[in-house]
Amino acid sequence: MAIEVRIPTILRTYTDGERVVTGSGSTVTELIDKLEVDHAGIKERLIENGEARRFVNIYVNDEDIRFTGNLGTPVADGDTVVILPAVAGGAV
Amino acid sequence: MLTIDRATHDAIIAHARRDHPDEACGVVAGPIGSDVPARHIPMLNAAMSPTFYEFDSGDLLRLYREMDDNDEEPVVIYHSHTATEAYPSRTDINLAGEPNAHYVLVSTRDGAHESGPVDFRSYRIVDGEVREEEVRVVDRYSEGTADDGTVDHGTTESQEKAEH
Repeated sequence: MAIEVRIPTILRTYTDGERVVTGSGSTVTELIDKLEVDHAGIKERLIENGEARRFVNIYVNDEDIRFTGNLGTPVADGDTVVILPAVAGGAV
Repeated sequence: MLTIDRATHDAIIAHARRDHPDEACGVVAGPIGSDVPARHIPMLNAAMSPTFYEFDSGDLLRLYREMDDNDEEPVVIYHSHTATEAYPSRTDINLAGEPNAHYVLVSTRDGAHESGPVDFRSYRIVDGEVREEEVRVVDRYSEGTADDGTVDHGTTESQEKAEH
């Protein structure tokens, strides 16, 4: 078992077009560090100054990590992690 | 070019008018690879702001799961500007996260939320580059509408200021 990570279209350039990749780790931070090993460059798109980027949403088993401990949110084999760019913008 | 059916086009404008002066936002999903905007999904603007929009993160997850289950993708992502023109702002460009989508902007400024013409424009936004494209409004989609650009039903109208 591993952790399933669903990759949004805009980040599939880092995963050779794959929609789903697998990873490991005990927290979201560790998971992203592991992803970076196989998919160099992806970490920069997810994390800025040690925090999850404001306009990238990361969900562990359907829970937005903003409500479950941010990058420290625990993950385990069998979990599903979904990454989605925010849909946002505005006139200013 | 964006080809969109009149009912969906009009529903987007109605949504923008209803939410004015706040920005309205939503998606028109369609079968993956079809480039046909088939299913209109008005979204809540979680920012509830006249100058900003953002899908609620829970709504966003549900939306993408639903599209996944239906083999759909976001063909159109739209929002309104309520005091400025229907052109992507720096923020819109920086946050555009769907390189395959048509980004539609509608402007309800200058009283357009009540009556008169509403600007309805479409853009591709990829890697910070904005390219405006023609909008073709059709009565209904026909075979091959999106692929070869031919439309053999009803009237077409070359974008911009449709009267409503």
